[in-house]
Amino acid sequence: MISHFESDARLLYTGPDWDYRLVRKAFDAIERIAVDEMGLNPYPSQVEVISSEQMLDAYSSMGMPLFYRHWSFGKHFARDEMLYRKGMTGLAYEIVINSNPCLCYIMEENTMTMQTLVMAHAAFGHSHFFRNNQLFKAWTDADSILDYLDFAKRYVSECEERYGAGEVEKILDAAHALMSHGVHRYPRRQPMNLKREMERERERRRFEEQTFSDIWRTLPKRADEDGDEDPNGDARRRSLGLPEENLLYFLEKRAPKLAHWQREILRIVRVVSQYFYPQKQTKVMNEGCATTVHYAIMNRLHETGQITDGSFMEFLHAHTNVVFQPEFDDRRFSGINPYALGFGILQDMKRICEKPTDEDRRWFPDFAGNQDALGTWKTAWAEYRDESFILQFLSPRMMREWRLFSVLDDADDDELEVEAIHDESGYREVRRALAAQYDLARHEPDIQVVDVDLTGDRRLILEHRVLDGRLLEERNTLMVLRHLANLWGYPVSLVEVDPRSEDLLNAYEDVEPDLRLA
Amino acid sequence: MVNIVDRRLNPKDKSLANRQRFIRRAKRQILDAVRDVSAKRKVTEVGHGEEQIRIPSDGLQEPSFRKDRDTGTRRHVVPGNKEYHAGDRIPRPDGGGGGRGSGGSPDGEGEDEFQFTVSRDEFLDLFFENLELPELARTQLSKVEQQGIQRAGFSVTGSPASLNLTRTMRNSLSRRLALRRPKREEILALDREIDRLERTGKDPEGLRELIRQREALTRRSRLIPYIDPIDLRFNRFVPVPRPISQAVMFCLMDVSGSMTEDMKDLAKRFFMLLYLFLERRYRHVDIVFIRHTHIAQEVDEETFFYSRETGGTLVSPALREMERVVRERYSPAEWNIYAAQASDGDNTPADNPAVVQMLEEVILPVCRYFAYIEVAEERGWESASDLWEVYEQLVAAGHPMAMRKVKKRADIFPVFQDLFTPAELRA
Repeated sequence: MISHFESDARLLYTGPDWDYRLVRKAFDAIERIAVDEMGLNPYPSQVEVISSEQMLDAYSSMGMPLFYRHWSFGKHFARDEMLYRKGMTGLAYEIVINSNPCLCYIMEENTMTMQTLVMAHAAFGHSHFFRNNQLFKAWTDADSILDYLDFAKRYVSECEERYGAGEVEKILDAAHALMSHGVHRYPRRQPMNLKREMERERERRRFEEQTFSDIWRTLPKRADEDGDEDPNGDARRRSLGLPEENLLYFLEKRAPKLAHWQREILRIVRVVSQYFYPQKQTKVMNEGCATTVHYAIMNRLHETGQITDGSFMEFLHAHTNVVFQPEFDDRRFSGINPYALGFGILQDMKRICEKPTDEDRRWFPDFAGNQDALGTWKTAWAEYRDESFILQFLSPRMMREWRLFSVLDDADDDELEVEAIHDESGYREVRRALAAQYDLARHEPDIQVVDVDLTGDRRLILEHRVLDGRLLEERNTLMVLRHLANLWGYPVSLVEVDPRSEDLLNAYEDVEPDLRLA
Repeated sequence: MVNIVDRRLNPKDKSLANRQRFIRRAKRQILDAVRDVSAKRKVTEVGHGEEQIRIPSDGLQEPSFRKDRDTGTRRHVVPGNKEYHAGDRIPRPDGGGGGRGSGGSPDGEGEDEFQFTVSRDEFLDLFFENLELPELARTQLSKVEQQGIQRAGFSVTGSPASLNLTRTMRNSLSRRLALRRPKREEILALDREIDRLERTGKDPEGLRELIRQREALTRRSRLIPYIDPIDLRFNRFVPVPRPISQAVMFCLMDVSGSMTEDMKDLAKRFFMLLYLFLERRYRHVDIVFIRHTHIAQEVDEETFFYSRETGGTLVSPALREMERVVRERYSPAEWNIYAAQASDGDNTPADNPAVVQMLEEVILPVCRYFAYIEVAEERGWESASDLWEVYEQLVAAGHPMAMRKVKKRADIFPVFQDLFTPAELRA
């Protein structure tokens, strides 16, 4: 009787209903486990309660709490809303923003158990990952992203007022089309400081205004300056910083006809794209990390008698749904579930750390049997992205359990070929193929600006270095090139070449700009 | 210490601005889609509730450089191998392999259609953008007033019918409490006590005292009435002028043999637009269908559009029928009356003077607007029809009347737009 009473006193909550006091109590209990016991290092959190409608709102603008306005977000909202209303999709339980403090949205409809799960998942799992992973450290600035988005939103709406919504829309349309080619893939020395970016923007403009002098325009050109001393154009290319793979960056800096505000909008889209770049490369790890953390925390809460058996069952039900992976011939199959893959690999790593088999010792001599699963996880979370993570940690046992196999799909062949399966001779190949599937560099076409015909018609020349014989999809490409030409102001050509033989595989000749954007 | 913020009360519809931008962008496609949807509906059903529409996605794609799925080689790693070994060859599954592997765009791009829901208001706004009731009708509209009555608090006088019981009884109760009017239960209790004493005959002194008390109470309750005129409160009403917010729309159509189904379809579309348009302006819109050959008859919508009649063509009976309906049911003082007539332009020439007289003397004075649509098939030659010539004179005389010719479906909306675009926007 007494022990029963004691265990009741330890319970965080009993019923399904939540209120602020309970949420706070649960958050504090989770924090004790996550920080004091597990030694995680998340950002401070801000938990925000929202309704399902607001969740849909947030969905449509890339999950960000504030964003500039564009019709495409309205389109996404219209579709999401319809799917949701028809019951074809559910809503995510949470959204978490990589910012400091880490914003964590929880929905009012959730039960108390779900709120606990969501907080463990987002405010500790994701937040730890955001704060400690190398990619995020190098590329995103959690301290000022919200300020920057606020600036971006205001800037875009000011432009709409001043230059008309239609003009701004054209620029944004074009910039969005190039968004995936608006990132620097190789980190610079220091992380970007977005606050300073904003100040520099203002300074640049002031400097231009102060130093503007119409008289320079009237100076006659000296004859010898026109002479062509650079037959190969190497110096020209060098001076333009070519080749350049960040197309938005190139246009922002070099496009001859853009107005100042148009460049600034390109810059905004580029900064946003760069901000999301690490997230695109760490879907499996990020979700794996968060799922592993919430799993550990919820188990711990149950072990210490802080949640009832009932809510633990409820948690297990939700958790099982999240990490469900249908097989390839299942009607429900739609690719590999990143939650399932990430969680699976991490749990498998734990097993290898604690109870390794001989096979594991052979494959993972570095950490098999080191009895420090948490430490091994933390290293993985900090140092890897999806591709390298899978390449490093996917074990033969896991491949057998999932019965993974690799299929070669050659467009010229009307049959598929099974290349490797989960057996001794196939492990490495399957693993390599799966890792490559998460390699953005293989996923997104490698397109670079290679030259500009400055003396002639100022044509911009792009080159797609074709990987595995996969050419660009024509309809989309023509539309993007049209956008690109509009920004550049002169014709744009694109050639597709085989990087090994330098053979020309395909070419899009001279896509002219619409004259609208003069 | 964690911050917990309740954002549920934040302004909703954060994405409204985005939605408006999207609708503006997809305007042409949405209009086409809505027009298709509306063709299948009854006149009065169009635009009710939400419309689920599918629109083609041209102009709405968000293109990006992406690799073609049909070139080169790809590798997919998928779970759930059952019988395959390395080197096995398997037939390519249909439908692009059910989204296997890395392909399949996450945002549903590549679909040729995009499906979503527009609300009634959004649809109507798009449909009637820039359209206005014609100048003429509008000025009259603002003048049209009806004496309405509106509640305006309470008064101490009034007719018994407007007595406000609640207020009155509240006053009465408080007065009775304040003046200590004896309660009925008190008197009854006293009566019982007196009765008991009388029957036992014991305490005559006490009995006398009780009787005295009883008399005092009775007197008091007679002096303080249950309801005093001072308690009475009446609902007060004041007359207010109120613009008429109801309209009736008369659809007149020639259904004689010369009107083909196509022509009727054109007419239906026009009526539909007019109905929607009026509905946006007025709180309540009635619709009256009058069909005519050489005789005219008020009918329901089904009969109006789909039953065939044979006979000669006389327009004046239809006008006379309309006049009858107006007289019986729609007093011009209370209703805004609109009329739309669709015809192929035939009329027995002998009837023309009667038509002019009816319109000038009876119909046009009570109408806000009279729209005449001549649905004509391509005849190859342009000659004005009988009615056209007659109506032209009326329009020239400055009556609230408009007329247009319509030949094919695509003409309907432009003609409608033309009829209702304010003059200053028309340039």
